Amino acid sequence: MGIELRNVSKLIDGETHIYATDLTLQKGGFNVLLGTTLSGKTTLMRLMAGLERPTSGEVWFDGEDVTGVAVQKRSVAMVYQAFVNYPNLSVFDNIASPLRVARRPKAEIRERVEKISELLKLDSMLDRYPGELSGGQQQRTALARALVKNAALVLLDEPLANLDYKLREELRDELPKLFEDTGATVVYATSEPLEALMLGGFTAALHAGRVIQYGPTADIYRNPTSLLSARVFSDPPINTATVSKTEGRFALSEEISWPVPDAYANLADGAYTMGIRPHHLTLDESADNAVRISGTVLVAEISGSESVIHVNVHDNNWVSESHGVRPYEVGASAHLFMKVDRCLYFGGDGELLAS
Amino acid sequence: MAKITLDKIRHRYGASSDTEQDFALKEIDAVWSDGGAYALLGPSGCGKTTLLNIISGLLTPTEGAVLFDDRDVTMTPTSERQIAQVFQFPVVYDTMTVYDNLAFPLRNRGVPEDQIRVRVHEIARMLDLESMLRRRAAKLSADGKQKISLGRGLVRADVNVIMFDEPLTVIDPHLKWLLRSKLKELHQQVGVTMIYVTHDQTEALTFADQVVVMYDGTVVQVGTPVDLFEKPMHTFVGHFIGSPGMNVLPCEMAAGEAIFAGTAVPTASSATDLKSAVLEVGVRPQFVRFDTGGFPVEIVKVDDLGRYRIVEVRREGHSIKMIADEDEKIPSENPRVSFEPEHTRIYADGWVVN
Repeated sequence: MGIELRNVSKLIDGETHIYATDLTLQKGGFNVLLGTTLSGKTTLMRLMAGLERPTSGEVWFDGEDVTGVAVQKRSVAMVYQAFVNYPNLSVFDNIASPLRVARRPKAEIRERVEKISELLKLDSMLDRYPGELSGGQQQRTALARALVKNAALVLLDEPLANLDYKLREELRDELPKLFEDTGATVVYATSEPLEALMLGGFTAALHAGRVIQYGPTADIYRNPTSLLSARVFSDPPINTATVSKTEGRFALSEEISWPVPDAYANLADGAYTMGIRPHHLTLDESADNAVRISGTVLVAEISGSESVIHVNVHDNNWVSESHGVRPYEVGASAHLFMKVDRCLYFGGDGELLAS
Repeated sequence: MAKITLDKIRHRYGASSDTEQDFALKEIDAVWSDGGAYALLGPSGCGKTTLLNIISGLLTPTEGAVLFDDRDVTMTPTSERQIAQVFQFPVVYDTMTVYDNLAFPLRNRGVPEDQIRVRVHEIARMLDLESMLRRRAAKLSADGKQKISLGRGLVRADVNVIMFDEPLTVIDPHLKWLLRSKLKELHQQVGVTMIYVTHDQTEALTFADQVVVMYDGTVVQVGTPVDLFEKPMHTFVGHFIGSPGMNVLPCEMAAGEAIFAGTAVPTASSATDLKSAVLEVGVRPQFVRFDTGGFPVEIVKVDDLGRYRIVEVRREGHSIKMIADEDEKIPSENPRVSFEPEHTRIYADGWVVN
């Protein structure tokens, strides 16, 4: 049950936007579509909603073939990046509008709007107009309108992209909670890996019109099946380098090598691509099972509580991420500690090699 | 290049009454050093754009004076202040080449062509625009055009200050870090006083040596990125900077100690006379630890962010967020936590108690 794409593809003007895709999203689950612009997130959502008809394949919803059923005849709600509200209607009337279209009784409309507006902290501004609200309040109004319908399928297309980061932080925390008890299947599109992780649930990593991995969010972050999946799901970008395997050791250079872990013991000697995530390459000496690598600082970026240092290491531009605020001058040298038991190794085809 | 002095500046729009609330900008008294990299950071409506407009001369402050070095420029029009400005949206002449765009401010000032050539090439090199000098500006992407805007700000040798107003708004997220780092590098190369206005903590903290945090028309802290993280002077700074923000919990005082939910919490503040104020303790999630010697809590939620986890715990109805690294054990029975005393502070009416 839930929404199911069976061999769905989409061509627009002869160009493939979605390659043949099989994907089942669990009923009542919170699902993230993660990918860059043009990866196919919005097209997939439009196919799920019934706003687009697939070129081939079928769309099933809760055990029913809904391919070609118009969006108006489905129980679907959609929220976009831009706040779409009726400017000439009060917040109350904005939220109530789908219920009025469905001709629900007045008393029921009042009750449902009040319940949902309380949940979204809009209850004190029901008489105001969208123009009098902050960006966050406007987007919460759009969300409330999507929620009040009790739609079985809720599609959220980068709904927080236009908000400032503190507000995003709050809403990312609230959103999954809001849908928890509604039983709705939720699909949320984002281009930010960190947002996917904060939202949790399940994630489909998308690249150039293909779903390259699907599973529990933290799980596919930790266990990418390919270098491409690791790249889609890494911000800052995952570090890569060519390493050689000989005599039971992986070597980055003559000086820097480490024992081959058990999972890779059967691998033939030769050259492989190694990937290491920025937070496994830290400035903290206490890191267990780590090899020390020195490099020249290219940039030091500081968020409020994390430091991201870009370093040139053996002609690779690598990124290191550590807790706290660590100022570094450009051109200074930095010692990084790479947790070798966290390294991933990929073959020439980009597939993960671990057995 | 110039030192900038803001001498007891206040500003209100319209209203004639003299109450503190009418001022969009409450009193600011500051000296910003010559060649410094400053960021004005705060949410929308905090007064940062008002302050920027006062420095650039687009606004005359209701009270106080602006000095460039020792010269009072309060009444000097923008055009005579020798400042360069870069805005949210690129300002380029689409029909001109990249070269002519960069040369434009110099030609306006009658600089000889041979000097212009040297300077334009120098700036283009800094911005990685050298290979595009002959191209029409219209053909460039948004980040390319914004680089031209930056270049036009940098090309003049005689500017007192370069001001940036949310310059990365239109840049694709994955290109932002490139320009963020470029700006920092440029500041180090040219050494001109720069003021960067933004609501984005990463942009502000990456760029600036000194970050001016504003909230509700007031400067709540001026400090280095390390100061803002380790010693927030106001609960707003703790909340606004860092993800998640600082935990701010109600407390009372007894025998010189902060008491939170019935438990004494050691802090770095020495509290003596705190009678009338609203008292709170502030501690960042990074400085909350599971500790068998701490006070009991109940675990409400664990968010796995891959690189670390955000754990929400509760004590007597108060939610506390903490960071647990991916390998760290989260106790399944009788969880207890403590705060690192050197990173825990008392706040009275929002302001830190030292």
